Amino acid sequence: MASEDVKLIGAVMSPFVMRPRVSLNLKGVEYEFLEETFGSKSELLLKSNPVYKKIPVLIHSGKPICESLIIVQYIDETWSGHSILPSDAYDRAIARFWAHYIDDKWFPALGGIARAQTEEAKNEAIEQVFTGLKLLEEAFEKCSGGKPFFGGETIGYVDIALGCYLGWLRATEKLIGITFLDETKTPLLCHWAEKFSSHEAVASVMPETDKLVEFAKMIQAKFKAPANK
Amino acid sequence: MGEEVKLFGSYASPFSSRVELALKLKGVSFENIKEDLANKSALLVQYNPVHKKIPVLLHGGRPVIESLIILEYIDETWDGNHAILPKDPFERALACFWVKFIDDKVLRALWMSCRSEGEMQKNFMEQSKEYLELLENELKGNKFFGGDAIGIVDISANFIALWAIVLQEVAGISLINEEKYPILCNWIEEFLSSEVVKESLPEKEKLFAYFHAKKEVIFANKAPAY
Repeated sequence: MASEDVKLIGAVMSPFVMRPRVSLNLKGVEYEFLEETFGSKSELLLKSNPVYKKIPVLIHSGKPICESLIIVQYIDETWSGHSILPSDAYDRAIARFWAHYIDDKWFPALGGIARAQTEEAKNEAIEQVFTGLKLLEEAFEKCSGGKPFFGGETIGYVDIALGCYLGWLRATEKLIGITFLDETKTPLLCHWAEKFSSHEAVASVMPETDKLVEFAKMIQAKFKAPANK
Repeated sequence: MGEEVKLFGSYASPFSSRVELALKLKGVSFENIKEDLANKSALLVQYNPVHKKIPVLLHGGRPVIESLIILEYIDETWDGNHAILPKDPFERALACFWVKFIDDKVLRALWMSCRSEGEMQKNFMEQSKEYLELLENELKGNKFFGGDAIGIVDISANFIALWAIVLQEVAGISLINEEKYPILCNWIEEFLSSEVVKESLPEKEKLFAYFHAKKEVIFANKAPAY
């Protein structure tokens, strides 16, 4: 496809924004990155995503596409080259299932650690993250078939879905002093995490863990303001 | 595709009803297995070990899980007739957006409006009104969300056409009404008048009796019990 008007509204720290960025990189598509300032929403964002007012939003030749995984699918269908979703319908269903599980159950558990009001709730969330990682380790074994990624030889849909949370996973490890990606528990995922993070389509858009830790501390301080509720 | 197709669902579930509708629109013959959710079969647990939920579509012995994922699978596998999703990538992305919106936001707001009280109910009802307005506008005066024919957004909105109507009656509130949402109510009429849709939905009276009888129990629980 000839170079077209491709813009992405997002923020560097957002794992959701990272997904279309990795996808566009994999396809070799150039795009203009319109970075939002934390704490405010631009006119363009409000206009392009009136329902949710959230990033990321891909604007392709003036047409907005919202929701990170929907954008990833759109990118896969619009530009040729590196295939992100599998070609077989059943394999696609499996990939979508795991991506949905990651977004619907696993990542909220990770986020639940910071949101926990009690020690008990925090420990429960931690347990859920570990249980999820065990499941994903098994899923990886089945999906990869001995190859480096969930998508096989190359980065695929589930790699992008899970991989874009690695920054925040590592940041959480630092914040609470627990190792989630443990060689003794989930060796395949550990190895996969290294490969994913160092891939040329990923490395330049993966936020640094230390910056995420700083960012997380800043948000926590903001929302733990006294007598807020 | 000559392989065997089975659907594990339940009578009152809008999610398994979606899959039934999609299969019937495509003219796919399948075995319709109704699960007793209080007593899940060993087969169901085997095919959906992660969530142990219906619906599960079994095609040639391989399970596909999650109603929306199943709808996409059905569309991609039996692609000869009645397209459920648009072919154009941008239109597809829009359809997927609305489907996700319905599942993530609308269903919950409507359900919770019908099962909560006081301030909580007021908040959910406000939310519901906002969402219904968005859907009303999205129809753009078309017969269906999919345009002239039933598509994935229409199928996903099945809850609104039947379950939400029944639940609001049971709860004694009026969220979805012709006065406020004439286009949406017209959509409900069109949707329910389709023969294929009628075949894949539970009977309204039976559904009403079901929710009315379980009012105390269901409304006390956190999650919908289909």
